[in-house]
Amino acid sequence: MGTSELIRLEDLQASRTLSGRKHVLSILVENRPGVLARVAGLFSRRGFNIDTLAVGPTDDANVSRITLTLDGAVHPIDQVTKQLHKLINVLKIRDMEPSETVAREMALFKVSAAVENRAEIVQFAEIFRAKIVDVSRRALIVEVTGSHDKIGAFESMLRPHGLLEMVRTGEVALTRGGD
Amino acid sequence: MRAADAMMEALRAEGVDHIFGIPGGANLPTYDAIVGADLRHVQARHEQAAGHAAEGYAWASGRTGVAFGTSGPGATNLVTAIADAMMDSVPVVFVTGQVRTDLIGTDGFQEADIVGITLPIVKHSVMITDAAQIPVAIHEAFHIASTGRPGPVLVDVPQDLSKEEITYEPPTSPVELAGYRPNTEGNSKQIRIAAKALANSKRPVIYTGGGVIKAEASAELREFCAADRFPVTSTLMGLGAFPSDDPAWLGMLGMHGTRSANYSMDEADLIVAIGARFDDRITGKLSEFAPNAKFIHIDIDPAEISKNVPVHIPIVGDVAKVLPKLTREYQALQTDPSRLDGWWSRINAWQDEYPLTYEPGSEGEIKPQAMIQAMHRVTGGDAIITSDVGQHQMWTAQYYGFNKPRRWINSGGLGTMGYGLPAAIGAKVACPDEQVVCLSGDGSLIMNVQELATAVNEDIPVKVFLMNNGFMGMVRQWQELFWDGNYSGVDNGPSPDWVKLSEAFGAKGLRCDDSADLDEMMQATLDHDGPALLDVRVSPRENCYPMIPAGSAARDMVG
Ligand SMILES: Cc1cc2nc3c(=O)[nH]c(=O)nc-3n(C[C@H](O)[C@H](O)[C@H](O)COP(=O)(O)OP(=O)(O)OC[C@H]3O[C@@H](n4cnc5c(N)ncnc54)[C@H](O)[C@@H]3O)c2cc1C
Ligand SMILES: Cc1ncc(C[n+]2csc(CCOP(=O)(O)OP(=O)(O)O)c2C)c(N)n1
Repeated sequence: MGTSELIRLEDLQASRTLSGRKHVLSILVENRPGVLARVAGLFSRRGFNIDTLAVGPTDDANVSRITLTLDGAVHPIDQVTKQLHKLINVLKIRDMEPSETVAREMALFKVSAAVENRAEIVQFAEIFRAKIVDVSRRALIVEVTGSHDKIGAFESMLRPHGLLEMVRTGEVALTRGGD
Repeated sequence: MRAADAMMEALRAEGVDHIFGIPGGANLPTYDAIVGADLRHVQARHEQAAGHAAEGYAWASGRTGVAFGTSGPGATNLVTAIADAMMDSVPVVFVTGQVRTDLIGTDGFQEADIVGITLPIVKHSVMITDAAQIPVAIHEAFHIASTGRPGPVLVDVPQDLSKEEITYEPPTSPVELAGYRPNTEGNSKQIRIAAKALANSKRPVIYTGGGVIKAEASAELREFCAADRFPVTSTLMGLGAFPSDDPAWLGMLGMHGTRSANYSMDEADLIVAIGARFDDRITGKLSEFAPNAKFIHIDIDPAEISKNVPVHIPIVGDVAKVLPKLTREYQALQTDPSRLDGWWSRINAWQDEYPLTYEPGSEGEIKPQAMIQAMHRVTGGDAIITSDVGQHQMWTAQYYGFNKPRRWINSGGLGTMGYGLPAAIGAKVACPDEQVVCLSGDGSLIMNVQELATAVNEDIPVKVFLMNNGFMGMVRQWQELFWDGNYSGVDNGPSPDWVKLSEAFGAKGLRCDDSADLDEMMQATLDHDGPALLDVRVSPRENCYPMIPAGSAARDMVG
């Protein structure tokens, strides 16, 4: 009765797992009013936490790119992308493969820099390829670009020297190669 | 032409012949255009009801409903209906007036950011910023509302823009949207795998839902189930897609479903979910839901797959397209039908042991379940029944016995009291030749009772059978069972006098408090030439059983 080619129920596997790692989603959306609110609203309504978020234009004036990072240890990423796809203004979503992705964040740090400390800060900046972009009597502003982790490392170097203020962008990312 | 007139042309081009709504300052141009347009405007008495009427219209007809409201309070009154349509995937296009563009953002008179307010409860929405976009937005709204997983679309139209002159040509090709292409076909490899798994299943259950009705796939469902003797159950929203008098029918499943349906799910080795979304009223305690089963899930919305319950064989597609393919693949396998004998004898034993039943009442007492059975008798089991929310809704689902799709119209996902009467009005407008009855509860009916005025003034002869127990019955039942009988806010008291109230609206009002008269009184209500309400005094403290207490497992059904 041909049952040999049938599927044994015991062999069936369900697919719904937490990846356990950070994900960078690159989302192409129509450049229209309110689209960011739709995306952000979806995240809060479904209880998904965005770690970082960056929005900007693309080479096509009708299309914007939202790059956001979230934790695949807490959120089932395919449920997140499927929900995002239901938004009519969302054109394309890419869950970026870490090994094939260049991701960068930028940060500005304002450090109190008494004259005796300055040399050391300038030295850190060199190691991290950061730039001193403003110098005043009491403080320096340092600009640094790099991976999320690199900026974190730079921040922990600066902190002991009196970090007055800092600002970080969300991560932006592109896939390597020509596609 | 004027943009408001172009909107009417666009609506006509979409096949609209009925609109439910209420005018106001911000949509005056639209209402000016309605007068000359070749369609009927049904003037509701509350925008929420206009929205529910559009939903009832959509459910009954399978077409897209349309509701209009003005800006500010008109728009916010629509919110409940929009949310309701979202939860139950009902195709409705809502068109709201908005304040003039130069007033937007100034807290202008009757300004409300309705697009912002409704963002999480629409399938899609647009605020018009260019008059020429008005008819385009209408066409896109119909496309989005009615295709894929249906749902509400809101078009918010600033007053000044609808007065502008634009050029409008009816579209010659279907709407194309870059970010919206529902997948309807279903992956044939997955369908083949599903058929093979099904052929190997010894304890299958077919779990169907509202998606079968949306897909107009009742015939396909019947053929599929007839391919073998698969036991079939349905959610509240799918009732009627499979005939309740078929021997393979197990009854509704879930919180107030039958024991045989719930026990079958509990012991199944393979469950085929068809256009159903694993709602918590079905799964109960997730960790103990259908513990022995593998799942096949056919749904047009990919996000429903594995949302609540991990699925083994997902098939994304339209039920109407997937089911015939699955039936063919299954039939080609030449399975042994006797392998289901053991399963059926187990199910039949449950059916014998646990039929839906209730204690008979005392002399003359009208038991609520008996009231539904009487309604079945007088309507020949073939009316369009709308309902509100509560015990009466569950008893109707249990005892009416729906045999055809689009005969059962109720609010399942949001559970909106006040839905039934306006939905009946919409259904009757859509299907004037059908008997349309709203089976309501006294708590629910009063929430939109003003719509009796709509029914009378617009000459829409709906019938209301009021199951009057004097309580917010479903909540009273929970307080009795789970809150130590500490009743709070559930006694509806003696007001109103429903017969007088009906008469004040110009409808016929009748009352029945003796079971011996019930059939006759119901018949008289149906026979009345015009809207009529029958106030039926039922046992006040009857509980609705069986029941899975919230968060429990199917095995732990009570009552
Ligand atoms: C007081 C009360 C008690 C309730 N008790 C129960 C109960 O005991 N039992 C019960 O079942 N419900 C009960 N409900 C209803 C419950 O809350 C849910 O509304 C209901 O279970 C959902 O039904 P569904 O799964 O069929 O989904 P629906 O909301 O009808 O969703 C339809 C599904 O089909 C999909 N779909 C749509 N169109 C198509 C298509 N063309 N092809 C393929 N898929 C499609 C959609 O994507 C969606 O996933 C109760 C509600 C109330 C208010
Ligand atoms: C708008 C709204 N408010 C509150 C509720 C909560 N609720 C659910 S059932 C119910 C009582 C319904 O009473 P009634 O219409 O008389 O029906 P019965 O249960 O007595 O049959 C209430 C208050 C609801 N579902 N909807």
